[in-house]
Amino acid sequence: MAPVQTQSTDELERAFQDAVDADGRIEPRDWMPEGYRRTLVRQIAQHAHSEIIGMQPEGNWITRAPSLRRKCILVAKVQDEAGHGLYLYSAAETLGVDREELLDLLHTGRQKYSTIFNYPTTSWADVAAIGWLVDGAAIMNQVPLTRCSYGPYARAMVRVCKEESFHQRQGFEAMSVLAQGTPAQRRMAQDALDRWWWPSLMMFGPSDTDSPNSARSMAWGIKRFSNDELRQRFVDATVPQAEHLGLTVPDPDLRFDEATGHYAFGEIDWTEFATVMRGDGPCNRERLAHRVGAHEDGAWVREAAAAYAAKQAGRGAREAA
Amino acid sequence: MSDYTAAGGHGAVPTTGVPSDERGARRSQPLWEVFVRSRRGLSHTHVGSLHAPDAHMALRNARDLYTRRQEGVSIWVVAAADVVASSPDEKDAFFDPAGDKPYRHPTFYDVPEGLTHL
Amino acid sequence: MTPLPTSGLGVDLDVAAYALRLGDDALVLGQRLAEWAARSPQIEEDVALLNLALDQLGAARSLLTHAGRLLGPDADGHVRTEDDLAFLRDEPDWTNALLVELDGGDFGRTMARQLLVSAYQVPLYAALGSSADEGIAGVAGKAVKEVAYSLDHARSWVVRLGDGTDESHRRVQTGLDEVWPYAFELFERDPLVDRLLERGVAADPAAIEQQWQATVQEVLAEATLTVPETTWRPTGGRRGAHTTGFGYLLAELQHLHRSHPGARW
Repeated sequence: MAPVQTQSTDELERAFQDAVDADGRIEPRDWMPEGYRRTLVRQIAQHAHSEIIGMQPEGNWITRAPSLRRKCILVAKVQDEAGHGLYLYSAAETLGVDREELLDLLHTGRQKYSTIFNYPTTSWADVAAIGWLVDGAAIMNQVPLTRCSYGPYARAMVRVCKEESFHQRQGFEAMSVLAQGTPAQRRMAQDALDRWWWPSLMMFGPSDTDSPNSARSMAWGIKRFSNDELRQRFVDATVPQAEHLGLTVPDPDLRFDEATGHYAFGEIDWTEFATVMRGDGPCNRERLAHRVGAHEDGAWVREAAAAYAAKQAGRGAREAA
Repeated sequence: MSDYTAAGGHGAVPTTGVPSDERGARRSQPLWEVFVRSRRGLSHTHVGSLHAPDAHMALRNARDLYTRRQEGVSIWVVAAADVVASSPDEKDAFFDPAGDKPYRHPTFYDVPEGLTHL
Repeated sequence: MTPLPTSGLGVDLDVAAYALRLGDDALVLGQRLAEWAARSPQIEEDVALLNLALDQLGAARSLLTHAGRLLGPDADGHVRTEDDLAFLRDEPDWTNALLVELDGGDFGRTMARQLLVSAYQVPLYAALGSSADEGIAGVAGKAVKEVAYSLDHARSWVVRLGDGTDESHRRVQTGLDEVWPYAFELFERDPLVDRLLERGVAADPAAIEQQWQATVQEVLAEATLTVPETTWRPTGGRRGAHTTGFGYLLAELQHLHRSHPGARW
């Protein structure tokens, strides 16, 4: 059936923006501005890449987890991250891209992933800190995305957020056991907080004034809160938790501001952020090489599965004939 | 400094200077749409998609990916290429005509006050 | 922990030793499977392999806890927990079969090993579901469904690799050849098994081997793979004599726990 009438791009764009402004949802085959589509593909893909690369720093501790209970929790968590990556790639594919192509963009370093995963996990407490801080920050980012204007992304995030709530909690629990443990465990916990605090704050991205595209993403209903708003929310939620643990947040300028009702905190080192994003963080090369290695090592398996499927299809056709 | 946003979920990622996609030929394994019946008495509901080389593996991947927390009692997988969908362009012709037939809904009719079982 | 009396309270060293064998098999295989995290051939397979790992680890925890109770309190009146048994035993005290401790190798070898282990665990746990020992019967009743899924997964992949490309056929055949001789230790009888068979606690190795052979032969035929011909039968795991690689596995498994004696996690 031919479309009943053809609308001009202006009309389509207006109808699209009206739908977004009315908090409606855009679905895969709806008309959408090309910029909206491209922004979403890039964002969802890089979100997926972050989940997949994010398996490495914690996966690194699975074989060494200090109790069987912690080992099971960690395996389940790393498995969830693989699952979240898959949900997200699946959402990206509704926009007409192919996962293999997105993986290429990751493997060749043309698309990025969150800088946070370019730091090493050198102690068990890092696993706890990642759950508590990194997943805590991720939840701040992800909960608003459950109301994103693009339906498949919003639905994937509902699923992710539901599953992710256990991630932060297990991290805090693991941290709290360490904080109440032996002197060596307490030292481990404080050291992990010292190393993960600032990178966690950087996860929210540069200040809004340095983020010109944020405004457009907000107009499109892809982004709901500014980088600074989310970061403030994270600091306000996390500082009391650190106090509860008896740990010290490594920021001499941190103080509660009675007037605003928020914590004021020190200057973030954006040079470090830029360095890590550029590819010169402690683990950028290692993470990417590991990912590419796994993909290349697995090529023969994927080829075998495709070859078998083709043979089976051929057999089926012969039987039917 | 190029632009970064936190909206990428797990942390800030650049939004400029990064290609979005290249629209090359599809090279992934076939895509399958997954439907899960969450409990007996309910319909299968679409939950997402996944890649698998064939239907057998698609069903197993779906089990591993979409029912890790006992979300289902039954799964369907359908090759995405086999799904026939209505087009958003035809939305008005398809769905608007149903909009002016309020007599199909029970609320269209007056029921005398006090009467039940109607 | 409250000291317990040093005798009585259902101490049963034979059943404890048997539960430890089962638990050690599950724990060591779970550890090997978990090594695939973030390096499997496709992301879907990461999810699947970690599911298999979680199933093995879950069974291991129950079995080790059960074994600890049956062992009874040690000299200090302490009943060994799952973690005591997992992290504080030295290599000669581990009684897993050699097959599960072998390095996973490539995906072909991992799946070949998984097929051999799962084809054993399915009839094993099915039989143990009616073990005279309630603890073992309970674990087996739950695990039997899990290992059935593992078998299905291993079978799916062995068939696809065997009947896939030339390279995949060669690789999975090589992996199978390497792990095959180790399978037969699973069906060994020794005085412990004899005593527990008499008590209706253990599963009969001969009956399990028969079912194992049937399953494995069928899958290998479908996969166009050749049943390896070798009479070499490496053994020793059940009495604590392990392969070189096992020491490294234990070092990785135990080092953190042992570095902080008495700590809670």
